[in-house]
Amino acid sequence: MTNEELKLKIEELLPGAAFEEGTEWLTLNMDAEGFKPFAQQLRNNEALNFDYLFCLTAVDWKTHFSVVYHLTSTAIRHTLVVKVKADKNDPAIETVCDIWRTAEFHEREAYDLMGISFTGHPDLRRLFLEDDHVGFPLRKDYEDPINMIKL
Amino acid sequence: MDIKTTPTNFPGTIHEVPGGGIVLSKLDDVINWARSNSLWPLTFATSCCGIEMMSVAGAKYDFSRFGFEVARATPRQADVIIIAGTIVNKMAPVLKRLYDQMADPKYVVAMGACAISGGPFFYNTYSVVKGADHVIPVDVYIPGCPPRPEALLHALMALQEKIKSGHTREQIREQKPL
Repeated sequence: MTNEELKLKIEELLPGAAFEEGTEWLTLNMDAEGFKPFAQQLRNNEALNFDYLFCLTAVDWKTHFSVVYHLTSTAIRHTLVVKVKADKNDPAIETVCDIWRTAEFHEREAYDLMGISFTGHPDLRRLFLEDDHVGFPLRKDYEDPINMIKL
Repeated sequence: MDIKTTPTNFPGTIHEVPGGGIVLSKLDDVINWARSNSLWPLTFATSCCGIEMMSVAGAKYDFSRFGFEVARATPRQADVIIIAGTIVNKMAPVLKRLYDQMADPKYVVAMGACAISGGPFFYNTYSVVKGADHVIPVDVYIPGCPPRPEALLHALMALQEKIKSGHTREQIREQKPL
């Protein structure tokens, strides 16, 4: 499916969806509310068939966080990027690891380094850092005066 | 066996007598000589320096010429650990444990900028140990990022000289001969 066809199809599922302009892959911005059922539709809708989550990352915009989902369909070969907004003080988004199993580790990584809590995740604990690490080091406001010189 | 002269690298002298020879040496010197020529390294690498270490093990540089060929995959059989790469905070207890499992006498070579000081790229981070000597004592440091294979060979030979000298780490540090 081309980006235009994909856009029309997604507008059916999510009326008034906010798309970004000038991106290689169709990019969609949305709030955390209603994301989970939408993600389930992306996976289950036969015309869309997004069966592969190939990247899950988090961005700290200082005013809020966003979690970026890169989805592709191995059968239809189209790609969609979904950016989900999360609250600054209590970033929480429903887990998608029951939809795409690979999200289990990706979400642990996003939790470990950025402190996004994925509700409903079966095993949300640190992945790379020690279990007793304090703070989330990839956040913009992270400070570690013992180990890091402030530039 | 017909020995005309004593090999230059042997610690001691051989006096010829009819029907053979008498070796005169100190037992400690002979032991150190033997130890320095069969140092088995632990197969241990945490980042790109490990690639360089592998090339030194390969045919082109070939550290087996100096007695390092038997790389061991278990610390219990290794004599020297070459810290080839960045040590992160999570790796530090593992490194300590590997070192503790090695049988005495054991030696440590810190290879490259990361093992010496935390490294040129990863120094200013929350996750990196700023020098492996915060975790275990180091005998020889090799600067570089990564060091040339020749530099590793030089370091291994420096370690051999250190062992042959018979001095402890403290004696070398204070430049006090035995």
